[in-house]
Amino acid sequence: MSDDLKKMRPIWFFVGMMLLTIGIIVMLSGVYYLFFPSDAHTVLAHLHPSLWWGFIIFLAGIIFLVSNRNVMVD
Amino acid sequence: MTTIQLGFADWLVIGLYFVFVLGIGLYLKKYTRNENDFFLAGRKNSAWVAGLAFLSANLGALELLGMTGNTFQYGMYVAHFYWIGAIPAMLFLGVYMMPFYYSSRIKSVPGYLKLRFDEKTRVLNAAAFGVMTLLVSGINLYAMALVLHTFLGWNWDFSMWVSAATVAAYVTLSGLMSAIFTEIIQFFLIWFGLFLVSILGVIEIGSIHEVFSRIPPAYGTLWSTSANPADNGMLVTWGGVVLGLGFVLSFGYWTTDFLVVQRAFSAKNLRSARLTPILASFFKMAVPFIVVVAGLVALILSQDKQSGFALLQEGGQVKYDSALPLLIARYYPPGLIGLGVTALLAGFMAGQAGNISAFNTVWTYDIYQSVINKKASEAHLLRMGRVATIAGILISLVTAYWAKSFPSIMDYMQAIFSWVNAPLFATMLLGMFVKWITPNGAFWGLLAGMGSSFTLFLAVKFEWVERNLITLSSVSSDMAANFWRAWWAWLICFAVTIVISLFTERKSDAELTGLVKGLTPEVKEGDVPIYLKPGFIACISLIILVALNIYFW
Repeated sequence: MSDDLKKMRPIWFFVGMMLLTIGIIVMLSGVYYLFFPSDAHTVLAHLHPSLWWGFIIFLAGIIFLVSNRNVMVD
Repeated sequence: MTTIQLGFADWLVIGLYFVFVLGIGLYLKKYTRNENDFFLAGRKNSAWVAGLAFLSANLGALELLGMTGNTFQYGMYVAHFYWIGAIPAMLFLGVYMMPFYYSSRIKSVPGYLKLRFDEKTRVLNAAAFGVMTLLVSGINLYAMALVLHTFLGWNWDFSMWVSAATVAAYVTLSGLMSAIFTEIIQFFLIWFGLFLVSILGVIEIGSIHEVFSRIPPAYGTLWSTSANPADNGMLVTWGGVVLGLGFVLSFGYWTTDFLVVQRAFSAKNLRSARLTPILASFFKMAVPFIVVVAGLVALILSQDKQSGFALLQEGGQVKYDSALPLLIARYYPPGLIGLGVTALLAGFMAGQAGNISAFNTVWTYDIYQSVINKKASEAHLLRMGRVATIAGILISLVTAYWAKSFPSIMDYMQAIFSWVNAPLFATMLLGMFVKWITPNGAFWGLLAGMGSSFTLFLAVKFEWVERNLITLSSVSSDMAANFWRAWWAWLICFAVTIVISLFTERKSDAELTGLVKGLTPEVKEGDVPIYLKPGFIACISLIILVALNIYFW
């Protein structure tokens, strides 16, 4: 059996990919609504939660992705 | 109410989640080569992977919505479900019970009953568990469609069929491994998708101190109002909390329910299997920071007329489960709304996948191979596992439509748990720790426990007996009745098992080696440093549990 069928990416790699992608989408939507405010007025909108929460998700994604980029498990 | 409108970024996040879970199912298919891979994820997971999956299998969206609503109704008492109602049982499983489960190399909890007792006890438990998982899976599907329809205006049939088809696809492709992967993804989505609700809620109120100062005093305590049931919102005494929830319901669920225990069986060695529930206990203790804080925030906002916040009502009845989705709508701008909805979707779908992966294993090994086709080959069992997955999903859909036309089915949920799990815990406890318990004692005890739990439920529901007779107090709630019914079912199973065991034939010591305390070699940890030993880590978890209970006394 070839090695690539024995070894696989760990779950943490996929968690990293997903968080990174979602973080970017949420952060970009925050940037967009910073310049073009949404009609849907939410409470505490002035704190721009999409921006900083999206960044935190993005950061978590980067950490998972970088620390598992070369890891293969049985 | 007007439904929540989703923007482009929201749809992108939701679409991405579906692409990810289907992609993971496809990626893992080539690593699913035999029945061991499909049903037990190859027994190669680390304690962290198995531990997070162990927790996430229980952390469904139905629970998140329900517990946030319960906090609105009962206050801090809901934290009992996450602390005394979970942690001692999880630690007991890791420290004392896992060596018997894991070392016997069984593939399911009914499989242990076969080795320790006999075939009939195994089939009885397998059949009850199979019915319970499919009912729960279907009700989960119905609840998901209800939430998506109410808050987003999505079509019932579309919501149910798309999510069911997605779960069917990835569980059929790679079995337990893909269920575990999606459960871990769900864990992160829930924390990143829903914890922000609590953070923004506390910011709006002012501070966490302000939150506790604005709720009724009895809503912010755990034990100081438990002497008199009339003093706390849940109308339950400390006896009901400790015996019913903390002992029977909690131990019955966390130590015997194959849905969660299956995740520990997937660990790569005994030490990892023991650490699985112990590591999960730390994350379990943290869940109230989402549900309890959000529930208290919703309570304060609803009392403040100027906030404009009110729970949904239907026919004059307050819909407590609407608290969390309404807070998401209140705080989350476009983009984040998609993440919040995805977290709920992931919770519903992973909950369904967890039930289906447990069902396909129990059906294949404990009913099909045990009763219908004893000579089935490995390849045949693997095919049967995949067929059982599809069949299980279809039956769940039927149950979901049944629940839609008969909404009071939700009332039976708690009854189902105390019917199956509470007596089973008595059987397991006696089976693992008392060697003279006999196969006939276990079978009749289990049957008596299950029958009495169900009968007590019907007796209270249809007012054949006074509820107060069961709860031993003049004031009580449905929740208190659930706790006490579980306790009586456990006690009946415990007593009947012992009495019948005194008069029936027991198994020899040789047959019970490795299955019962006293006939199983003690677990040696070898050269592992003390801070990595399951017992030591369990002690830390226990200390945190005690500290939390004292702080919120």
